[in-house]
Amino acid sequence: MASGLIEIDLELCKDCKLCMSVCPHQLIKTSDRLNKKGYYPAQFTDETLKKEEKKCTGCGLCAISCPEIAIEVYRV
Amino acid sequence: MKKTFSRPKSLKPVPFHYCPGCGHSILHRLIGEVIDEMNLQERIIGVPPAGCAVLAYNYFDIDMGEASHGRAAALATGLKRALPDRVVFTYQGDGDIAAIGTAETIHAAGRGENVTTIFVNNGVYGMTGGQMAPTSVLGQHTTTSPGGRNESRDGFPINLSEMLAIAKGSAYIERTAVNSPASILKTKKAIAKAFQVQLKGLGFSLVEVLSPCPTNWKMTSLEAWKWIDEVMTKSFPIGVIKDITGEKKDAH
Amino acid sequence: MSKLLMRGNHTVAEAAIRAGCRYYFGYPITPQNEIPEYMAERLSKIDGGVFIQAESEVASIHMVIGASMAGGRAMTSSSGPGISLKQEGISFLSGLELPAVIVNMSRGGPGLGNIAPSQSDYFQATRGGGHGDYRTIVLGPSSGQELADLTARAFDLADLYRTPVVLLGDGMLGQMMEPVEFSPEIPLKKLPTKDWVLGGAKGRPSRFIRSLILDTTEEEEHNWKLMRKYEKITREEVRWETFATEDAKMVVVAFGTAARIAKGAINRAREQGLKVGLLRPISLWPFPSKVIKELSKRVKFFLCFELNMGQMVEDVRLALEGNGEVHFYGRPGGIVPTPAEISRIISSQYYQKKLG
Repeated sequence: MASGLIEIDLELCKDCKLCMSVCPHQLIKTSDRLNKKGYYPAQFTDETLKKEEKKCTGCGLCAISCPEIAIEVYRV
Repeated sequence: MKKTFSRPKSLKPVPFHYCPGCGHSILHRLIGEVIDEMNLQERIIGVPPAGCAVLAYNYFDIDMGEASHGRAAALATGLKRALPDRVVFTYQGDGDIAAIGTAETIHAAGRGENVTTIFVNNGVYGMTGGQMAPTSVLGQHTTTSPGGRNESRDGFPINLSEMLAIAKGSAYIERTAVNSPASILKTKKAIAKAFQVQLKGLGFSLVEVLSPCPTNWKMTSLEAWKWIDEVMTKSFPIGVIKDITGEKKDAH
Repeated sequence: MSKLLMRGNHTVAEAAIRAGCRYYFGYPITPQNEIPEYMAERLSKIDGGVFIQAESEVASIHMVIGASMAGGRAMTSSSGPGISLKQEGISFLSGLELPAVIVNMSRGGPGLGNIAPSQSDYFQATRGGGHGDYRTIVLGPSSGQELADLTARAFDLADLYRTPVVLLGDGMLGQMMEPVEFSPEIPLKKLPTKDWVLGGAKGRPSRFIRSLILDTTEEEEHNWKLMRKYEKITREEVRWETFATEDAKMVVVAFGTAARIAKGAINRAREQGLKVGLLRPISLWPFPSKVIKELSKRVKFFLCFELNMGQMVEDVRLALEGNGEVHFYGRPGGIVPTPAEISRIISSQYYQKKLG
C-alpha cells in the first residue's frame, strides 16, 4: 500500500525529465501522448520499473524539482 | 491522504513561459513559497530585470515596478527609502547585476540599503539568445565568445558576490544553486534568511543562485544540472560568503 | 510672506521642499551643486526627508523612478552631460506615466563643455532627448521668483498629468542672488492622493507599473493615450509673457536669461524710438505657437535671440508657418552678451528691414 501519491498536470509539463531523474523509486516515465504544447509529458505510474516493489512515499522530490509546478503531492 | 505540496498562493495560476528546465521557474516558486510562509504578500514589492524574467509581474501576485536594464538596485533604493516598512527585493540576471548594473549594485550594498537582491546566475544572456555574460566561465561557448571564453580576448568572469562582501553595508551574501532537490531547498532557506535580514534592518542582502539555462547551454535539463556542479561551482563556489548575523549555519 | 535674498539654486531646492518634495536624488555637477547641497542640509531636518547623493546621474534618475512609484514627490537635478545620462530614465518616466521633476541648469556644451550658462539643451528638453514617442513639459524660468514659482508648479503639473516635468534653467539663473517670495509650505496630507502607487498589495489586488508592452495593438493604444495627454497639456498649460508688443513692428522671441537681456536691450531700443517688443515663452513645451501666429497678424518681423546656435528659432518658424520673417541671433558656448550688444543687433535689423 503506497503512502503517497502524485498528480501531474499533463498540460503544464514541458518534458524536462527532471522529476524522473530524482524519483528514488522510478515511478515517473514519459507518456506517449502529446500534450497541447507539443511535449510528451511525464506520467506517474503505479507499475514499478524495478524488480523490487517500491511504491510512492510522497517524498515530494519530484515536485520540488519540477520547474512548472505541475506536480501536486499527497501523503497519508 | 492530504495534499502536502501545491502552487504557492502568491503566484498567479499562470503557466510559465520559461524554457523546459529553466531555473527561473524554480526560483519563482521558491520566492512564492517564502512569501507565503513569511506572510509577506501584502507588504512586499519586487523589481524585475530586463531579461527572460522581465515579465515576472505576470507570475507574482505582488506589487512590482519595472526598472530599466541594470538599474533595479537604484529603483529599489528609491522604493525602500520611500516605504521603509515594506520588503523590497530585486530579481536580476547576471548581465543586469554584474554588467550594466555593477555600479548600482555595489553602491546599494555600500550604502547598506535594506533591500534584498536575488541574483540569478546562469552564465549567459538568455533572452537575447545566449551571448557571453560577466559570469560566463573560461572555455564556455557562447554566441559572442566563439571557440569558448578566452582569457586574453574576453577577460575573466567576475565574482560580484565576493566583491560585494567587502562593502561594509552588506549584511548577508550567500551563493546557492538550483540543480538538485537538496540545493533547491537550501536556496529557499537562503531567500527566507535574506528577507529576515531585511526585516531586521541589518543591511544589504543577496542570494546568488547558480541556475540552469538548458536552451542556451545547448544541453538537456539533466546535463545542465550536472554542468553546474562540474563546471560552474569551480568558478563560483557554493556557500555563505558573508553573514553578519553570526548564525554559523552554513548548511553546505 | 517676506522676501528672502537667495541664490537661484537654493531657491529651486527650497521651493521644491515647500511643494512637498521629500525625495531628492542627485549627483554633483557644476553649476547646480548648490541644489544637492541645500537638499542634503534641509531634508536631513525634515521627518521623512530622503537625500541620496547617488553614484551617478543614471542611478539618481532611477531612484527618482522608485520613489515616484511609491507615490512620493521626487526630484533630481543636473546639467549637460548629467542630463544626457538621465535620458533613458526620462523616457521610462514618460512610458511608465510617473510624475517627477528634473531640473537642468544648462551649461556650455557639447561634451564636457564648460560651466558657464547656456541654452543649448533646448532641443534635448523639448524634443525628448530619450527614445520613443513622448514629450515632457518644459518650463523656462527667467528670474529667481520664477524659479520658486515654476518649481512648485512643476510638481503640481507632474502629479496632475502623471508625467515628468523639466525645469530648464541655466548656470546664470542658478548662481544669481535675487529677492524671492515663497508660497506657504504645503502639508503632505493636502497633496492629491494617488490611487495607482505601489506599496504592497494590502486590501487590494496586486498591481504592477511597467512600460514593456509587447502586444503591438496595446502598445499603439498606449502611445495614443500618451498623445491625448499631451494634446490636453498643449491646450491647457501654455504659458508666456509679452512685453511692449501692442504697437511693435519687431518682436524679439527669447526665454530664460536671454529674455532678461533682451528686455534690457528693448528698453534701450524704445528710448531710440524703435517699436520693438518681446515674446517670452515660459512653457517651452507646450510652446506658445498660437500666440506667435496671432502676433504675426500685425508683426511681420521676429528676432529670435538665444544663448545657443539656434534651437528655439525652429519652433518660432514652425509656429509662423511662413507668415513672417525670422532672423536669429545667438551666442553659444557660455557667452552671456550684454543688453547693449543685443540692442545694437535689434537696431541694425530694424533699420535693415526698414521697419522705422
